[in-house]
Amino acid sequence: MQNRADLVECIRQTLAECGQLAVEVNSLNDTDDLYDAGLTSLNTVNLMLAVEDFFDCEFPEEMLARETFQSIQAIAEAVRVITA
Amino acid sequence: MTQPRIVTTAPAIDSIVERIGNDVLGVHAADVDAKARFPEEAISAMRQHRLLSAYISASHGGMGVDFQSLCAITEKLGAYCASSAMIFAMHQIQVACLVHHAGNSSYEADLLRKITDRQLLLASATTEIGTGGDLGTSVCAAEVSADGRRVRIDKMAPVISYGSQADAIMVTARSHPEATGNDQVHVLVEKKDVSLDPISTWDSLGFRGTCSLGFHLIADVPREHIQPVPFSQILSQTMQPVAHLLWGSLWLGLAQDAASIARRAVRASARKAEVPPTTQLRLAELDEALFKMRSTLHDAIIRYQNIVTTKSWQKTTAFSFGIAMNNIKLVCSEAVVDIVGKALMITGVNGYRNDHESALGRHLRDAYGAMLMVNNDRIRSHNAAMQLAQR
Repeated sequence: MQNRADLVECIRQTLAECGQLAVEVNSLNDTDDLYDAGLTSLNTVNLMLAVEDFFDCEFPEEMLARETFQSIQAIAEAVRVITA
Repeated sequence: MTQPRIVTTAPAIDSIVERIGNDVLGVHAADVDAKARFPEEAISAMRQHRLLSAYISASHGGMGVDFQSLCAITEKLGAYCASSAMIFAMHQIQVACLVHHAGNSSYEADLLRKITDRQLLLASATTEIGTGGDLGTSVCAAEVSADGRRVRIDKMAPVISYGSQADAIMVTARSHPEATGNDQVHVLVEKKDVSLDPISTWDSLGFRGTCSLGFHLIADVPREHIQPVPFSQILSQTMQPVAHLLWGSLWLGLAQDAASIARRAVRASARKAEVPPTTQLRLAELDEALFKMRSTLHDAIIRYQNIVTTKSWQKTTAFSFGIAMNNIKLVCSEAVVDIVGKALMITGVNGYRNDHESALGRHLRDAYGAMLMVNNDRIRSHNAAMQLAQR
């Protein structure tokens, strides 16, 4: 598995490609609320699928909740746990 | 023999609700419907018996009933006048938003006390022209005044049910003028702080007494009237589940009343007939549909009551919970049309007449509102997309 900095960078890239946020991903801190930045629940689904493809993983049922996708850091933590 | 009520309230509240239903809601339902007027008598009776503060804790002067009991009250009212019950439900949704998400400010404690003392009626302005019916997005923004003490909101609301009659309206807006559409707050606007300019009329097929006109709303309120948590949290933890469960309860009451009318008709013909009438079989089928609706709703009410009781709010952010609460709306709103339709087939032409004791016209027209007033297709499309985020 990549180190944490790589992981976060990959998530930022995925987010830029399919998050359809109202702001530039580069302007966000890792802990900023993505929903406040314009992430909708429908785009969350696209983001989830893209993250799963990118990291070749599957989010388990208990992680399929809003807070898993609340911030870049939260997504990175979730990916770290399921790919560990 | 009717099916047992799914949940029970304290006997005292039960009998108050039955009495108001019989003596007030039921008496004026036809006139409210015919004139598409606000059910003044029903809301006065609810105020008189302090039902508007039923869900507020006893420490703030309310009845402190739990969520299940609130559903049971709504169901009972729904059997007498669906418009009055809908207003009761919509008011309680706003009360639940305040009760579940109150911070520790003295303003909020005073507000709950004021709602109970004065039996204030709360309305809601969530949808907005330009957002396609999506509650989770706002165009208008909360603009803070130069001295930081007040907030101004200018909103074009396609619907504010009983907006003209409410004592206060809870309004969604972007949290500040630069905020994205879904960075929203929920703001309490009292009548004295708002101007409401009607932008449409309300002459609908059903739920005519809800007076669901559109308004251009301009509010200027103290800043502390902004609820202290993001609206997205209020929406997923409270507004969406409470709305769908309370609406489901009143539709169940409506369906139950149609079933009772059909049952009386079947009894009357069974007394005269030598062999059981065909309608008896139809009634058994209707009863199955009602049983299914009741069981589905009951299950979801219990599930949400457990979350409220244990304050395990994190369960409401699971995608599967949102889908389930949408399913309740979809299933119940379609079941009520099916059940009232079945009742009409049983009563035959008597139910089709407006001048007969078996009249079902109002029930049928109200029933269709369930799937149209918040459009099922939009909810179902959302659920369709979210299917991918369920295992």
